[in-house]
Amino acid sequence: MHCLRLALGLGFCLLLGITLCSLWMYVENWLLVSYIPYYLPCPEILSQYPQPKLLEQKPTELLTLTPWLAPIVSEGTFNAELLHHIYQPLNLTIGLTAFAVGNRYTRFVQHFLESAERFFMQGYRVHYYIFTHDPQAIPQVPLGPGRRLSVIPVPGPSQWEEASMRRMEAISVHIAKRAHREVDYLFCLDVDMAFRNPWGPETLGDLVAAIHPDYFTVPRHQFPYERRPVSTAFVADGEGDFYYGRAVFGGRVARVYEFTRGCHMGILADKANGIMAACQEESHLNRRFLSHKPSKVLSPEYLWDDRKPQPPSLKLIRFSTLNKDTARLRS
Amino acid sequence: MAEPSPAPTRSNEPASTKATYFWGNRTKSCLCLILLFAVLLGFYSSPEAHHVQGRRESLTLSEGDGHLDSCRIPEVPRLLYPKAQLLKPLRVDVLVMTPWFAPVVWDGTFDSALLDVQFRNTTIGLTVFAIKKYVVFLRLFLETAEKYFMVGHKVIYYVFTDRPADVPQIALQDGRQVVVLHVGNYRRWQDISMHRMEMISNFSRRRFLREVDYLVCLYVDMKFSDHVGVEILAPLFGTLHPGFYAADRQSFTYERRPLSRAYIPRDEGDFYYAGGFFGGSVPEVYRLTTACHQAMTADQAQGIEAVWHDESHLNRYLLSHKPSKVLSPEYLWDEQMLQRPPLLRKLRYVAVPMNHTEIRSR
Repeated sequence: MHCLRLALGLGFCLLLGITLCSLWMYVENWLLVSYIPYYLPCPEILSQYPQPKLLEQKPTELLTLTPWLAPIVSEGTFNAELLHHIYQPLNLTIGLTAFAVGNRYTRFVQHFLESAERFFMQGYRVHYYIFTHDPQAIPQVPLGPGRRLSVIPVPGPSQWEEASMRRMEAISVHIAKRAHREVDYLFCLDVDMAFRNPWGPETLGDLVAAIHPDYFTVPRHQFPYERRPVSTAFVADGEGDFYYGRAVFGGRVARVYEFTRGCHMGILADKANGIMAACQEESHLNRRFLSHKPSKVLSPEYLWDDRKPQPPSLKLIRFSTLNKDTARLRS
Repeated sequence: MAEPSPAPTRSNEPASTKATYFWGNRTKSCLCLILLFAVLLGFYSSPEAHHVQGRRESLTLSEGDGHLDSCRIPEVPRLLYPKAQLLKPLRVDVLVMTPWFAPVVWDGTFDSALLDVQFRNTTIGLTVFAIKKYVVFLRLFLETAEKYFMVGHKVIYYVFTDRPADVPQIALQDGRQVVVLHVGNYRRWQDISMHRMEMISNFSRRRFLREVDYLVCLYVDMKFSDHVGVEILAPLFGTLHPGFYAADRQSFTYERRPLSRAYIPRDEGDFYYAGGFFGGSVPEVYRLTTACHQAMTADQAQGIEAVWHDESHLNRYLLSHKPSKVLSPEYLWDEQMLQRPPLLRKLRYVAVPMNHTEIRSR
């Protein structure tokens, strides 16, 4: 009788265990897939903004829509105040990843964070994720209210290429482990850059890419795509929309997860075939953006090279390379 | 005094007999049930079941930026098409994007081949109301829709009518079907127009959610005259009314009486949207039509009817829930009433000339 009661008890425990397991999996999935209403509710308090003018007479200098109807964001294409009134009530948290792996990169963190504190997503909750091999080298930068910083330790690089190739993997693992619970949107930026002007909710989108400053006037056959068919990052002649930069990409956290995972799989497949793409990670990023088109594209205002003269078509540079000489003088 | 222990006779029985009694029918069925539950739960928590859940959830999820629709960014296979030039805007004569990043869809701003590939696994539902004498418009409407509307995609035409026998038989392409929904009619044409919202809302929940991905809600007294494709699809879209695309917001014929739920003050408003062409993903159309229907019911209780009926309520909704795409007047035009300007390179969906008073009377 004792044995049989035990059996019944075990059976009950098994049932309970399975119930709890499936309940947990359901809840976890539900949390992963958090609902952000697609529509942009406009609160009653904002009524004063100019009416959009349908018959636009002034020629816009930059293309504002891609052929798949994704907006191309540049100064003048949006009403910052309207967008702020729309996005602010949604209580979003925006994540920002930056990799400071290698001693030459940790010294950029201070200026990067200070400029982000001034210009990046002002008025929103922000969570910085600094990936580094040397957590001690990350300086304490004072952060505004609602803004936090987490240092994520990663193994040090043996070569620069090796570090940049592991970025996609590190981001996707990080999202799966914690970022999916902590942020709604995630941007992945290069750390040896700085914010110069406001970077706000106009950049939020499902999957966001930025146009590389060196190639926006160049025809597609001159893009530095990977041209060897054996690579998974291969792009044939006659294909290509824009050449996107690896220094800026982002979007909804679930999309960034899929994107970085897809890139990482491509990188692994190439590694197995003993091949490394022409521009390393950037080639894979461009390959993926060709087949999974971004839902929003940022003009080179959002990814600029300060060594180039600013053309009149770009009105407001918001994020650009830190002049390496200035950096050396600073440190 | 203590009660005797329950079933005292049992305690005197030998253990083996007790054992056999324990494994009697009750216990066996109990254990069987437990095992069955365990198996069912195990199945439920399997990856396939989550896929099913994910599919349903993908219909309720929407984008934060209100733009490209699919929850899974669709993979586009290799396709050859001309490259977009960043320094060469395609249309400089018109606004192609609203200040909240909704594209305004004009000819020349999009690549149909690319969009067709992105939307290749999409089913589109088209709702049209043919009540009383309006059934006469169905033949031309459906025939031109077969030629121009979402060609190459799966389409379900939902024809709401009070005269199912009068719905014409049209030859349909592959992957397209007509579903006739028998509904009641109303005496006044205004009531018919307003009850569109209620009926679309009801059927969205009952049927459309399971059958289609997007809904396009159209007026029947029109015909298609040029390509209307997946470039219009978005979580929520409205169409610019052809009479007001160049007008100032003060002259939009919004409902101006504060008592009505469709009230919009004179200094507010982006565009004047037409009641005859709106749509979006099924959940968003459900929300829109439910909100409009509730607002109209509230107005009715107050004894007020908005100046342009369901169109006024649609405009009120789209002011507070900004559409993720706006269709240019190419998508709704009336050649009899308006002079065609050069900025309209194509006329895709146009009014059919008719005698309103004759049709609307019984």
